[in-house]
Amino acid sequence: MTNAYLEVERLTVTFGSGPEAFRAVQDLDLSVEAGESFGLVGESGSGKSTVLRAICGLTPPPTGTLRIEGRPLPEPRSSQFYRTVQMVFQDPYGSLHPRHTVDRTLAEPLAIHQMDRREERIEQALREVGLDESFRFRYPHQLSGGQRQRIAIARALILEPRVLLLDEPTSALDASIQAEVLNLLDRLRSERGLTYLLVSHDLAVVSHMCDRLLVMQHGRGVEQLDRETLQQKTPVQQYTRELLVASEGFRR
Amino acid sequence: MSAALLDVQNLRVTFPTRTGVVEAVRGVSFSLGRERLGIVGESGSGKSQTGRAILGLTPSPGRVEAERLEFDGRPLLSASRAEWQRLRGGRISMVMQDPKYSLNPVMPIGKQIVEAYRTHVSATRKEAEQQGLRMLESVQIRDPRRVFQAYAHELSGGMGQRAMLAMMLITNPDLLIADEPTSALDVTVQLQVLGVLDQLVSERGMGLIFISHDLRLVSSFCDRVLVMYAGKVVETLEASRLHEAQHPYTQGLLNCLPQIEGSARPLPTLQREASWTQ
Repeated sequence: MTNAYLEVERLTVTFGSGPEAFRAVQDLDLSVEAGESFGLVGESGSGKSTVLRAICGLTPPPTGTLRIEGRPLPEPRSSQFYRTVQMVFQDPYGSLHPRHTVDRTLAEPLAIHQMDRREERIEQALREVGLDESFRFRYPHQLSGGQRQRIAIARALILEPRVLLLDEPTSALDASIQAEVLNLLDRLRSERGLTYLLVSHDLAVVSHMCDRLLVMQHGRGVEQLDRETLQQKTPVQQYTRELLVASEGFRR
Repeated sequence: MSAALLDVQNLRVTFPTRTGVVEAVRGVSFSLGRERLGIVGESGSGKSQTGRAILGLTPSPGRVEAERLEFDGRPLLSASRAEWQRLRGGRISMVMQDPKYSLNPVMPIGKQIVEAYRTHVSATRKEAEQQGLRMLESVQIRDPRRVFQAYAHELSGGMGQRAMLAMMLITNPDLLIADEPTSALDVTVQLQVLGVLDQLVSERGMGLIFISHDLRLVSSFCDRVLVMYAGKVVETLEASRLHEAQHPYTQGLLNCLPQIEGSARPLPTLQREASWTQ
């Protein structure tokens, strides 16, 4: 792989210090190509969300190297970094300010990054996630879960980033709404040539959305595989096979 | 199946609000023998309110009406407080989604189990403790003594949910209502908990109502499935014949799930029709 866009090398994230120290992620390597959709899969506590947070600078400073287009990420992250990389969180109920209207939520990143044509950009962002003008002056409590997640995606996209970090973007949503949001993400990626790093516990979602994936357990990478291997259910590692069996549902 | 364990005819649950009456459940009917019944629906379909109404746990100011709501031949709607006290946790038990919220955080697990047992069965503390330890063993907890002394925060999600099952099943109820019992758990742990539930339900010949949003999971676990939409049952299916579902909502729900083996792109989405709610 020559044109790695986002590179993670020997990433280790430690919370706390001394005897209390906890390594959430240990010696993790991965690289994502430009325009690729890459999945991180694991059970709770496997460190998959921590990887995204470390890239965004939301953890204690990690060891190891993080690079975008070959350049190490600045510490602390620069405003240019956040123009390139944006994150969408799992819980659309917790990630929107309850007392800000949709308009204000979308205007804030534009103000921070001193972008022009704010009116136009807000209107366009709403259109792109499939919501009409009438949503612009609503509060989060006046929206359904799926609509909130669309706003969260619009807020991330309004800065025209190249990379989206998606942390379980549909696991708080009903199955029929999940399909709509996944289709939206799919369309946006092909229209804008975005690069995705998607975290999920759901192998079916990852199989649908990602070209390659990394299975994590206890903070370490277990196995990296491509979509074909996943679809044909021929992984090498025992743990990956267990995950595959478990996601087939209950057997008596 | 002989006489039905639970008979529900035209169950309605309504909540008065400032903007009018919200009908959460609108005329649900079914009868349950000693079998596993799944109730499936999306959020707001009324599946949880159905389960709660059966146990008389509809939060106020909600109102429950039904032509018939009988458990083992006894009408539930007119049950007194004392009768409810005997039924709940004794003959009908309920397991909820997240053990973090349903276990008492400031009382050791063992003490909670003993309390549940002695509320319904006359036994000395010692006997109750013995029974509690046996019960923890039967939900496949490897170190029952440790868990018996532990507080809820000291247990993992899967462990907490097993302790919860132990507490609910120790009185040997005739009916267990499980509302999303494994949704807060990891997939591999989910299977272990379902395995325990499966074994206990078949050993004891209980009736089970399994409420969930996950159509595939429910059909792999239950004998029969009710599919709910907007407060109504739109379809009743034999779990083994899920793929023969007739109602467009059930079909839509099945089709919109991505599959590991590969799925259509874009995923088919659910086109809701106004006629489904009538």
